[in-house]
Amino acid sequence: MGDFLQQIIGYINPYYLQILVNIGIGIILALGLNVITGLTGQLSLGHAAFMSIGAFTSALLTIKLGIPFSINLLLTGFITAAVAALIGLPILRLTGDYLAICTLGFAEIVKVIFLNLDSTNKALGLTVPAAITSIPMPIVVWIVVILSIICVTFIHSSRFGRALMAVRGDEIAAEAMGINVTLYKVQSFAIGAFLAGVGGGLYAHFMGYINPSDFGFLKSVDILSMIVLGGLGSITGSVIGATILSAAPEFLRFMSSYRMLVYGGLLVCMMIFRPNGLMGGISFTGMVLRALGRKPHLKTIMEQKIAETSRPGNGNS
Amino acid sequence: MFLQQLINGIALGSTYALIALGYTMVYGIITLINFAHGEIYMVGAFVGLFATAILKVNFFVAMLIAMVACMLLGVLIERIAYRPLRKSSRLSALISAIGVSIFLSTLAQMLFGANAKGYPEGVFPVKQITIGSAEISTLQLLIIAISAILMISLEFIVHKTKIGKAMRATSEDYNTAALMGINVNMVISFTFALGSALAAAGGVLVGLLFNAVSFNMGLMAGLKAFAAAVLGGIGSIPGAMLGGLLLGVTEVAGVAIGFSSYRDAIAFAILVLVLLVKPTGLLGRKIQKKV
Repeated sequence: MGDFLQQIIGYINPYYLQILVNIGIGIILALGLNVITGLTGQLSLGHAAFMSIGAFTSALLTIKLGIPFSINLLLTGFITAAVAALIGLPILRLTGDYLAICTLGFAEIVKVIFLNLDSTNKALGLTVPAAITSIPMPIVVWIVVILSIICVTFIHSSRFGRALMAVRGDEIAAEAMGINVTLYKVQSFAIGAFLAGVGGGLYAHFMGYINPSDFGFLKSVDILSMIVLGGLGSITGSVIGATILSAAPEFLRFMSSYRMLVYGGLLVCMMIFRPNGLMGGISFTGMVLRALGRKPHLKTIMEQKIAETSRPGNGNS
Repeated sequence: MFLQQLINGIALGSTYALIALGYTMVYGIITLINFAHGEIYMVGAFVGLFATAILKVNFFVAMLIAMVACMLLGVLIERIAYRPLRKSSRLSALISAIGVSIFLSTLAQMLFGANAKGYPEGVFPVKQITIGSAEISTLQLLIIAISAILMISLEFIVHKTKIGKAMRATSEDYNTAALMGINVNMVISFTFALGSALAAAGGVLVGLLFNAVSFNMGLMAGLKAFAAAVLGGIGSIPGAMLGGLLLGVTEVAGVAIGFSSYRDAIAFAILVLVLLVKPTGLLGRKIQKKV
């Protein structure tokens, strides 16, 4: 099985393969942040911290304990989620920009701690051995991507997801409706961190080398840009945003040194011309259902409404 | 020893405070975290450097040139990147600010190279003054004095002039201020100009203090100054001054005790701890939320 898959992977140009894996990891991270910021409305500027916690945990699990990769990833996710819950419990009482700066501060503290720990090899960074699995890494990454898309979709349409959206809408009103705001915020934080941890673990094993400085403020900003570019709260948007922004540096490579210049300019222009993100206000499932004819088109709904209200004797004059 | 560290801390803290003022003023008026502010500070340091190295002007003139240049830059950034987004969600404006920040730091790297540059020798004659056991350089005194003068003039502008009154009204209520006949766009531009000028002054002073100006100096300084602004209560001008001084002093104290490798974490650890106890910062107003 493993050899066969390895053969298939062998047919793909390694350069494209790397871009594909980067996109996959980007999607996992973006989905995680989308649960925290898009769905629950808690602005986090420190998502890369959870990624780095995941990356180092996963690397150490492989190096020190030699755990099979599937269990390793799960364990990494749970450890990261536990850390997030622990951190989240005190800081999620803050709101808005105070929370944002707190997560930013937390991320800087995590970075500095990893830069000073002996077990993470301080500033030299950690060389990560190959993952203990028979399935090639790119396929593992995309299996995780698909699983996380399915999970997040379920969260979106569940009772839990609706509670999170209520918290996003108005915390006080949500509390009045009997939603335990703090509990739900911490849970969404933990779910987002779980995905970030898994993404970090995949990143560590795919890259083979991790350094605490890779997970700085700019990485967090990168992930945040993905979900804002795609449209906050939209799963399709997160996937598209992550795809564009993970691939953009590669496609802009021909400009070499102008690359980041264009990237910065692109962010500004995107926001000016599509301030709600590329997929903001567009529902992908709704679009598919409409195309299949399972759901009436918006225009027909509007026409029906107009017909109803203009009917004589409707009693709303 | 104690006095020495205290002076070091106050000198560093006053530069943080100068940058933090720009964050807090902009936030107070349009509730935007202006992430490009750190980059304006970096540009200010570079303009000051070139003014002294190429135009060979006096240090104070160089600082004035840097302040004017950054005023224009700040107003320009607001026009291009923030004004079109004033009606859209705050996160979009935030991402736009981050885009500007990436753009400016990459531009600086391309134009000036990746190496740190120092101010030319003898721009400001540094002498050591011995007070008791402490050795204080005239440069530190200069930094403290200039920061104090700038902050006092800011207080004067905000509280005693007509435009300052307009600024306070706009930060109180944007829409009502517009209805009262205040040219809100002009006030916002003025706020950006003021904040950017202060950041430029901070940049020139820090460039002189550490004798190093580089393209990426804006990121960490910007983050720390933002932390200072939040620590003091974002939107509050005295809060930003207090927060900056507090962060500078604790950072220097932390390094003196022996946590030098944790230097960058100290500021943020203090911030997180203070926010947990007082969620709106030290001098922040408590906002009553209504449903």
